[in-house]
Amino acid sequence: MSLMEQLNRKALGLGVPLSVHLDVTYRCNERCEHCYLEHDDRGEMTAAEIADVLRQLADAGVFYLTLSGGEPFVRRDCFEIIECARSLHFNVKLKTNAVLIKEKEAKRLRSLGVEQVQISVYSHRAEVHDAITKVPSSLNRTLAAIRLLKLHGLKVTIANVLMQGNSRDSEGVRALAAQFGAHYTLDPTITPMIDGNTSVLRLRLPARELGEVFHNAELVGDVESFCAPPPPVDEDVREGLPCSAGHTACYISPYGDVYPCVQFPLPCGNVRRQQFLDIWRGSAQLEQVRSIRAKGLPTCSSCSHLGTCTRCPGLAYMEGDMRGPSTADCEKSFIRTGIRTAGMLLRDAASAMPGLVQIQLS
Amino acid sequence: MNEKYIARSRQVAYRVLGEETIVMSASDSRLFNLSEVATVIWQAADGRASLSEIVNRRVCAEFDVLPEVAYPDALAFAEELARYGILHISDLPIPAVETSAPIAAAVNP
Repeated sequence: MSLMEQLNRKALGLGVPLSVHLDVTYRCNERCEHCYLEHDDRGEMTAAEIADVLRQLADAGVFYLTLSGGEPFVRRDCFEIIECARSLHFNVKLKTNAVLIKEKEAKRLRSLGVEQVQISVYSHRAEVHDAITKVPSSLNRTLAAIRLLKLHGLKVTIANVLMQGNSRDSEGVRALAAQFGAHYTLDPTITPMIDGNTSVLRLRLPARELGEVFHNAELVGDVESFCAPPPPVDEDVREGLPCSAGHTACYISPYGDVYPCVQFPLPCGNVRRQQFLDIWRGSAQLEQVRSIRAKGLPTCSSCSHLGTCTRCPGLAYMEGDMRGPSTADCEKSFIRTGIRTAGMLLRDAASAMPGLVQIQLS
Repeated sequence: MNEKYIARSRQVAYRVLGEETIVMSASDSRLFNLSEVATVIWQAADGRASLSEIVNRRVCAEFDVLPEVAYPDALAFAEELARYGILHISDLPIPAVETSAPIAAAVNP
């Protein structure tokens, strides 16, 4: 077991929220077409409020702190927040589009000991990237920032969200990452908007193109193993937890709302009205999330993919039932292996059933 | 014996988890897990207290061990962390090892 796995297991046993994702704003200087956020400011926490929350998180044992948005650097006090986080010894990861990072900012991030900066790049071609962000020259500015961050010795991860508009550009973005000495991560997940609006899902990769991604050894490694039929489900799998959401991780919005995860919009409390630990330990909603076990999932527990599926309880929640299947993850499991999931079979059966009310026209 | 002073690097993140401490180096993302005894030394490594003081006042007091036994182990531990760049060792006190915290200071004066 790796040291990371040991730490996660220990945090789970102690009930410690090892990782917190804090969005410091939903405002953004880009307008990415797949974004799941509304960008208006409905009263985000002040720097002093955030500092108070950070102190509570440190006291609760949080180690990994992801600061994101929106675009965190549209806040003029963003560096104050990062300084505060570092003074409290968090391992800080920033998620940004980096267009506001210049020489001075790159140098300051390095001196503050920020561990990692994750930057979204949609394509190596400006016309494709800029069409997604809807900001002219945004790719050039982002790449200039990556160059500076690397020059100052920061660890940079290029996050490549794949969707219909850039589905052929993953190789180009991967080459860019290699050229900069940056890490590369690919994510084909487009999520509904945080208010439940599903219109952005039209941008999801079609099955055939997702299949090409899953069968590309450059992207997934050992294709045979990645796309292999799932192994038999054993008792460890059946007793397993779906993910870290609500167990060792949670999400806090710019307005202080606490959720199990950034992809799981189940309100659990608000740090403007309650102490963080009171929410973490006392929220009935978090208890509900924590009670989920693979064997208790009404549909998925009978699925052959149970042990290998990336079923996201947040996406399932947005479809109406946190214990139900997530359509996107069912599709991924099917596209990867060619074996239909229990969720798909259930939908097939439901669509084949005659309606409960039949009307016969004479 | 020359006095040694130890100070945590500014380029690390750390958190006590139970009796132990997780440390991650920002420069190479290397992760460390410090034992209970190592945690006591790490927490006292403010650059002002000497290693022998830390051993006498903290380690020996809390773990019922003799200084002549504990000190060589503590020094070896400090030197190992220094090799990874997450702890500084000096023959003189090390000033200003912690980052400033303007907001945190305002909230918790």
